[in-house]
Amino acid sequence: MSEKVLMKGNEAFAEAAIRGGAGFYFGYPITPQNEIPEYMSHELKKRGGAFIQAESELAAVNMAYGAAAAGGRVFISSSSPGIALMQEGISFMCSAEVPAVFLNASRGGPGVGGIQPGQADYFQATRGGGNGDYQVPVFAPATTQEAIDMIYNAFAIAEKYRNPVMVLADGMMGQMMEPVVLPEEKPRLTSEMIPEEKPWAISGNTGKKPRSVIKSLRLQPDDLENHVEKLFEKYGIMEKELVDYEAYDLEDAEVVFVAFGTVARLVMESMEMLREKGIKAGMIRPKSLWPFPYEAFEKISANTKAVISVELSMGQMIHDVKMGVQGRLPVELIHRTGGIVPTSIEVVEKTLKILEGLK
Amino acid sequence: MKYKMIFAGSGGQGNLLVGQIIAYAAMHEGKEVTYLPSYGPEMRGGTANCTVVVSDKSIACPIVNEADMILAMNLPSLDKFENTVVPGGHLFINSSTVGKSSDRSDINVHDIAANDIAKELGNEKCANIVILGAIVNATKVVSKESVEYILEHKAFTGAKAKLLPINLEALHVYLKD
Repeated sequence: MSEKVLMKGNEAFAEAAIRGGAGFYFGYPITPQNEIPEYMSHELKKRGGAFIQAESELAAVNMAYGAAAAGGRVFISSSSPGIALMQEGISFMCSAEVPAVFLNASRGGPGVGGIQPGQADYFQATRGGGNGDYQVPVFAPATTQEAIDMIYNAFAIAEKYRNPVMVLADGMMGQMMEPVVLPEEKPRLTSEMIPEEKPWAISGNTGKKPRSVIKSLRLQPDDLENHVEKLFEKYGIMEKELVDYEAYDLEDAEVVFVAFGTVARLVMESMEMLREKGIKAGMIRPKSLWPFPYEAFEKISANTKAVISVELSMGQMIHDVKMGVQGRLPVELIHRTGGIVPTSIEVVEKTLKILEGLK
Repeated sequence: MKYKMIFAGSGGQGNLLVGQIIAYAAMHEGKEVTYLPSYGPEMRGGTANCTVVVSDKSIACPIVNEADMILAMNLPSLDKFENTVVPGGHLFINSSTVGKSSDRSDINVHDIAANDIAKELGNEKCANIVILGAIVNATKVVSKESVEYILEHKAFTGAKAKLLPINLEALHVYLKD
């Protein structure tokens, strides 16, 4: 086990990607994740990789597409409006089955919005802003350590399923410092290793393997339909294998919160405060937003009176929460948006009001 | 033990560094810690603050509603955070730059003319480290030794190493054995 270090979230995200074996990073600056391209600009080359500052997010995502199609291990990051610009590339990469790891240090929207933390990219991440039938696994860390572990492991997931993977953090996580333990550095893929490790990649034929074709254009409808159905068989497997969540104190909970990321941390504090007032509170914390942990809701006890989705948006995850609850209980929303993070006291007060209203 | 602190001031006053040094010192002691800086357009010459939580156990929430310790390096910071100090907590005011004190009698108010003290030491820029010494002396949130260790091994290294002696001197104005 290596030693604990105090790291700023964004720098830890970048270091986790390098240690996960990322050989390529393409970035375009946007607050609140600018420390990631900054860190990559001075670290990645030293560690045997390549950093390019792209002229736009669209250029960055297409560089990522190209490098990943050639077999490179690619990490790419941005924040909400920048990720919006990358959605076209994500759709193309899903269709072409090209792996890469995306990080969104999300901020308040819509539009250019603000630079303070937000979770209003839930739909963008889990439903996709790109065109067509596609799906991206989305992981939502709550601590800097969890973000490191998720980013580090995301490369193996992306390569196993040949699909982009997204880690959805937020601006606050990017700026915060916490002690972390960094994982062992994985070796970077060399061009000699790529034909062996990624036979599908456009790595040059050299007579050793059949010609690889990477494409998303399929003009014949039956060809396209077959391809999309094949993709969805894969997504079906991902839904079973990648679902991840944490459940806290559900057994005797009168009220169950559902929260991810930063919000889950302040809800933990609200739960303590509610318990001091004699109200038993539990929480489901999805660590994978897609696939969403619907099965966690089967663990909600008969004592529970309400399920409350706590979000930094006008209520996006709540739709998945309702699908998990399946009409068995009232589902309420506690939220702030625009970059405002509610206080744990605010969550407690709103919860008391909701419980009062149910009587 | 969970100890919640907010270090507030304006850009360049060094309050974020004070928070960071305490965070590093806490980690050096094997404690759990979160350091959460405010970020945004207000940092350009406006107010800048950071929230530091130090605990023996893992820290759920890095955001602080009520603080055990507040440092106010300028007047807007004092106005904003004065009432978030818990009764019995500590409020440190840089009286050289704030220009007023607090009327609260349920907390420990420390008025410290940090810039004047630092100027006498020979470098006004050490004002933040003078206050760091006072905070550690009064709150004991971290030990004197671990703060000295962080000053020497983290804060004042490389090109800044020449600033270590005067900063140690500044630290020791209030932080006694």
